[in-house]
Amino acid sequence: MTVRTEQPSSRIDDGIGESALRPDGIAKLKGEFEYAQDQWVEGMLWGATTRSPHPHARILSIDVAPALAIGGVHAVLTADDVPGRASFGLEHPDQPVLAKEMVNFWGEPVAIVAAEDDATARRAAAAVVVEYERLEPLTDPEDADLRDEVFQRMRIRRGDQSASGSVVVEGFYEVGMQDQAPLGTEAGLAVPDGHGGVDLYATSQFVHADHEQVVASLGLRPEQVRAHPTGIGGAFGAREDVNLHIHLCLLALHTSQPVKMVYHRSESFTGHVHRHPARMWYRHEADEDGNLVRVRAKVLIDGGAYASTTAAVLANACYFAVGPYNCESVSVDGVGTRTNNPPCGAMRGFGAVQVCFAHEAQMDRLADALGMDPLELRRKNALESGDSMPTTGQVIETPLPTVEVIDSLAAMPIPEESERAGLPGGSGLTTEEHHVVRGIGYAVGIKNLGFSEGFDDFAQARVLLTPGGAIVETAAIEVGQGLVTILAQIVRSSMGVSSVEVRHVDTSKIDSAGSTSASRQTQMSGGATLEASSRLRARILEHFAGDDLNDEGVWRDGELVVPMSRVTEDKWEETVTFRHPPTSPPDGDGQGVVHADFALAAHRAVVDVDPELGLVTVVRVDTAQDVGKALNPQSVVGQIEGGIMQGVGLAIMEELILDHGVIRNPNFTDYLLPTILDAPDVEALLIEKEGSWGPFGAKGVGEPPTISSTAAVAAAIRNATGRAINRVPVRPQDIAL
Amino acid sequence: MIVSFSLNGSPASGRVERPISLLDFLRDELKAIGSKSACDQGECGSCSVILDGVVVCSCLVMAADVEGSTVTTVEGLESEGTLSAVQQAMHEAGAVQCGFCTPGIVVAATDLFSHNSSPTTREIKEALAGNICRCTGYGAIIRAFETLAGEST
Repeated sequence: MTVRTEQPSSRIDDGIGESALRPDGIAKLKGEFEYAQDQWVEGMLWGATTRSPHPHARILSIDVAPALAIGGVHAVLTADDVPGRASFGLEHPDQPVLAKEMVNFWGEPVAIVAAEDDATARRAAAAVVVEYERLEPLTDPEDADLRDEVFQRMRIRRGDQSASGSVVVEGFYEVGMQDQAPLGTEAGLAVPDGHGGVDLYATSQFVHADHEQVVASLGLRPEQVRAHPTGIGGAFGAREDVNLHIHLCLLALHTSQPVKMVYHRSESFTGHVHRHPARMWYRHEADEDGNLVRVRAKVLIDGGAYASTTAAVLANACYFAVGPYNCESVSVDGVGTRTNNPPCGAMRGFGAVQVCFAHEAQMDRLADALGMDPLELRRKNALESGDSMPTTGQVIETPLPTVEVIDSLAAMPIPEESERAGLPGGSGLTTEEHHVVRGIGYAVGIKNLGFSEGFDDFAQARVLLTPGGAIVETAAIEVGQGLVTILAQIVRSSMGVSSVEVRHVDTSKIDSAGSTSASRQTQMSGGATLEASSRLRARILEHFAGDDLNDEGVWRDGELVVPMSRVTEDKWEETVTFRHPPTSPPDGDGQGVVHADFALAAHRAVVDVDPELGLVTVVRVDTAQDVGKALNPQSVVGQIEGGIMQGVGLAIMEELILDHGVIRNPNFTDYLLPTILDAPDVEALLIEKEGSWGPFGAKGVGEPPTISSTAAVAAAIRNATGRAINRVPVRPQDIAL
Repeated sequence: MIVSFSLNGSPASGRVERPISLLDFLRDELKAIGSKSACDQGECGSCSVILDGVVVCSCLVMAADVEGSTVTTVEGLESEGTLSAVQQAMHEAGAVQCGFCTPGIVVAATDLFSHNSSPTTREIKEALAGNICRCTGYGAIIRAFETLAGEST
């Protein structure tokens, strides 16, 4: 049970609604902030991983002797050395800690090494002799579907399945495999505690999930393992799953020495899950006035070799397959396949990104077939608060200002054609201005916030008042998004105390905050923090019979009655576990109150295209986003701009190229990331409609910017070129050939 | 061999026993962890340092080659314990999120402003074209330096 106890105190600097600066900003700017990569303890060893060079093979033998013979090598471990559960997984423990009989994807870990320095460890990892019998990899997800090699199927049926409309558009759409490419690669340090237990300091989005999986595979008691939050160089979904965590702890306990491991970039591309590539078949039917009558979709995502979060990503893709539009007759069939491709899992947008590209292309085609303005078609069918989700039938009870978002975006000025951001092809001077074609495209996207389908989604936070100020303790992970700023702002405004420190504590000191994912921490850990600080304030005021609290102390009728030094002679501490409104699993037709909250955004992209070479410059992306309440406007805009950039990346350049299961571009030279010269100008309108259950009415803001920005850029390229553009990333040949 | 050079205004030296990059030398031998390793092939700029007056990716420079050189890393750019103008501008603009690219951007921007106190937006972008940021979408970074350029005109 949760209680909303908002009581914003009198005006306080850097409180809610202000663009407070990051408390860790100065350390980061000076190069003093400690990331997982920067950890160093006396006498530590370095770890390295032996990985499969094949996407599918039987392991015939493993000879570790050549590696052990290298001077400075302390341990070489294989699957036989895993004392507990042999496998791990965020939802289903199906992925071997170390491959035993089979390898199922290129880069799968087979052995791990600890040595006195990084170079020796890597040399030893390469010296492990593994004899393989190569097998034919299954890499086409449609083949996998036919062979029933699937992790999950999903079926949604809503309304009259025989409904039909007079205007019909059909399409096939494809989304490539995107990588989160956080700048910090996977890194960590495991330190044995001398009593059979271990402390783990590793990159993560969810230390309690790491803890659970480490405990299981090491065969330890929960209290013997402590997973500590550490400095993180970005995440975007890549750090929800375990990768080096169990390996580090195994090596540390085996050698009785601290062990550090840092993945190189090429290893990082195989060491974490990716965004699921998708293939989608759509049929939209509308009446002559443009009312959606029926939507049918088949959504196929490839999960790769192991389950990770494929089931949840698939469910999300299916739930949001229609987009933010009303439709009474919907059928969606989804499948998440099992192949020998790299495992896929969470990435910003989590299934909603892939289907948004498809449903928005369909809406544009439908508008075209109807002879209707594309925004008018969206407005006409807009799903709003009080309407029922077209897929699940769930009535939307939190604010969903879809029409306002669309109208606000439509009212933003469009740049003149003469305003260019340089020509496509850049300094290569590959075209001239009169050859360049301008295009404008729109897209709207929707996604759930927080965990869904009946998952017991909770976050614990603790607030203390001490002589040094207030302290928030949490195991929620700061990956760069700014939670550390937001939690302090919440305490300032709700408690009235200006000095607030956010402390990231380990799994033994506090219960789970849940994952830093699903755009959920501002609402969940923010909700727990608000409730804890509000209760603490109420208890203090009650204890001293006051009516206000600030830095000076407790006040009554405008007079200071107890100075802060006296207040903090007592111990003040409040721990709250926050839960969002309950959800339930779907029924067999995918129906039910499945989600706790929703957010949406709309994007308008302006592109310049060189149709001869197929090169694209994204000139500008404007957006209006449903944010509930912007707790820190500068931070919200930072999320929006960063999310748009990743959406633009997926639209025109970011793709892991697979060749029979082998990643051909696992490096920053060949996996293209947007640079500052690729960055479009962005104007963001924050649409604030309070009423969500988040603190002060806030909604999560991290994912919506990534969802419809890709679709908007694709629409703009379609508009410029007249080409179908049915896959992203859009490649030069999709435009020029 | 022993390599000696000037690091952030102070003499530094260390033993280089194998072919390692300046970046690894700084981080692992000298424990100067400000410069970051993100791509190891000169694509992302996270390891940028100023070597004898020129911004370079320290992952592409051999440690043995800096003998007698002058190296400035992010740790050498604050002024008397407080943030430099470049750092302060980034802090106020919200140009830091995860911060992993930040040291390289501070270094590259410091070099830009040392040569050109009021760069245009285009010049700012050109100067930072070798620095990948995955969090911010670059908007706040551009605004930070546009503001700083505006202050100096």
